[in-house]
Amino acid sequence: MEIDPFIFRLSIFILSIFVGYYVVWSVTPSLHTPLMSVTNAISSVIIVGAIIAALSANDGVVFSSSSIYGFLAIVLAAINIFGGFLVTQRMLAMYKKKKKDK
Amino acid sequence: MSANISAILYLISGVLFILALRGLSSPETSRQGNLFGIIGMVIAVVVTFLSVGNFTAGFIYVLIFLAIGGSIGAFIAYRIPMTAMPELVAGFHSLVGLAAVFVAISAFINPAAFNLGTPGNIYLASLIEMAIGAAVGAITFSGSVIAFLKLQGIMSGAPITFRGQHLLNALLLILIVILTFYLCSTQSSNLFWVLIAISFLIGFLIIIPIGGADMPVVISMLNSYSGWAAAGIGFTLENTALIITGALVGSSGAILSYIMCKGMNRSFFNVILGGFGATEQTSGGENKEQRPVKSGNADDAAFLMKNASSVIIVPGYGMAVAQAQHALREMVDTLKKNDIKVSYAIHPVAGRMPGHMNVLLAEANVPYDEVFELEEINNDFANADVAFVIGANDVTNPVAKTDPQSPIYGMPVLDVEKCKSVLFVKRSLSPGYAGIDNDLFYKENTLMLFADAKKMTEDITKNL
Repeated sequence: MEIDPFIFRLSIFILSIFVGYYVVWSVTPSLHTPLMSVTNAISSVIIVGAIIAALSANDGVVFSSSSIYGFLAIVLAAINIFGGFLVTQRMLAMYKKKKKDK
Repeated sequence: MSANISAILYLISGVLFILALRGLSSPETSRQGNLFGIIGMVIAVVVTFLSVGNFTAGFIYVLIFLAIGGSIGAFIAYRIPMTAMPELVAGFHSLVGLAAVFVAISAFINPAAFNLGTPGNIYLASLIEMAIGAAVGAITFSGSVIAFLKLQGIMSGAPITFRGQHLLNALLLILIVILTFYLCSTQSSNLFWVLIAISFLIGFLIIIPIGGADMPVVISMLNSYSGWAAAGIGFTLENTALIITGALVGSSGAILSYIMCKGMNRSFFNVILGGFGATEQTSGGENKEQRPVKSGNADDAAFLMKNASSVIIVPGYGMAVAQAQHALREMVDTLKKNDIKVSYAIHPVAGRMPGHMNVLLAEANVPYDEVFELEEINNDFANADVAFVIGANDVTNPVAKTDPQSPIYGMPVLDVEKCKSVLFVKRSLSPGYAGIDNDLFYKENTLMLFADAKKMTEDITKNL
């Protein structure tokens, strides 16, 4: 009997939850704010769906009822991607070690 | 591009996202981690373009909208002050939620573009995934908007409660399940819209009863929701990168919520059901006799610190409000010049989001190896000469250890009272967020410094 591809995706999903669990516990508490902003940025990989949606209209038509939602989602996700990664970078650049001047 | 190759590339992008989070285990590797995340995102976007393979007029528009969103995002990222980070993160969560809703709507209207069947005849599994993605996305959106408004101060941080609140939420949740069931059997678009509308309403209703200082839990929880929404859409699109990321973000947010709840010694349900801080505390205030308090000025504080050999700083949300982090760092610099050992003690729930204080101190150029978590530093208070409490309150209250009647009993607190002397910067004797009196104010070794945190710190520096 063939296995439904859904089961494979479910396996990936469950295993990723465990990966996430162990990876996130190893994040140092002082970086919890950057953790939130970077998870924000990566969850905007939903832009993948937005792009497919935006390009879903038939030939010659750019804006259809379904593609408009795609374009809106692209804008939202792009704000998040750029904003999320850049603000994380800005924060991480501030974490410095003690200068060895003494 | 063949579907297999793109699937492998999506997998790579998912792995890069895992590495991005892994990098955050130490500040040294974190910047590299962020780079991995960016590369992962670029791969995902490029692969999507190539696999759709439709480089017509629409493609140009996609780039234009991408550029519009990107520039707005970049602008915000560069302009936002570090003290506003909780608002920013809440705002960003709402965008992920809304994007998930939009993608789900688009897939519902035009399922053929996503290989999910035809309108009115969408595959059952896809429809369920779509409904879950849309509902969780909508809850994330409206919940985050409320959190944003509360953090921004546009909406009062006080919990809004009413009779039958929990019953209403429960009924609405049941309604969502019923609607999803009927949606699957009828494929009716009206039901889909109603489902989304009710989800928006639930997000709104579950966040309004939660008070301002519970925001660390709320933000983490919404972080988690945004992940689950992304995962739901990932299942709909059969996209590995999205499924992996959704799971990562979902568990990340859940862990942060758990850490925050533990920091307050409260159960997750207790926070979510809300209303903490709104309930009248009969134990505190009114009928209690005035207890004597020792208060001092910047001069006294400077004298105490000058004669100390080690000082521990305890920052809290008040420091963020007063924007006192830079003034504080200057004070510490002066102390260090006098060969006084200074360290910082951070309580897990200090501030309005996880790690909030650490970011502010980093912004003020405080080296991160001088900043310690509660468990790391709590034993050092007994050996320290001065504890300098700036903008923190409930997290230093010894009542949490001594009075089983207290609402904060059992919450882990910083053992500030064990220091030889305690300097407590505060504007007045008013109780903190938990609505209870802080016993620390009345201790023999506590000196209250009644002033604005920033001004007081600057004055102390002058007197050192």
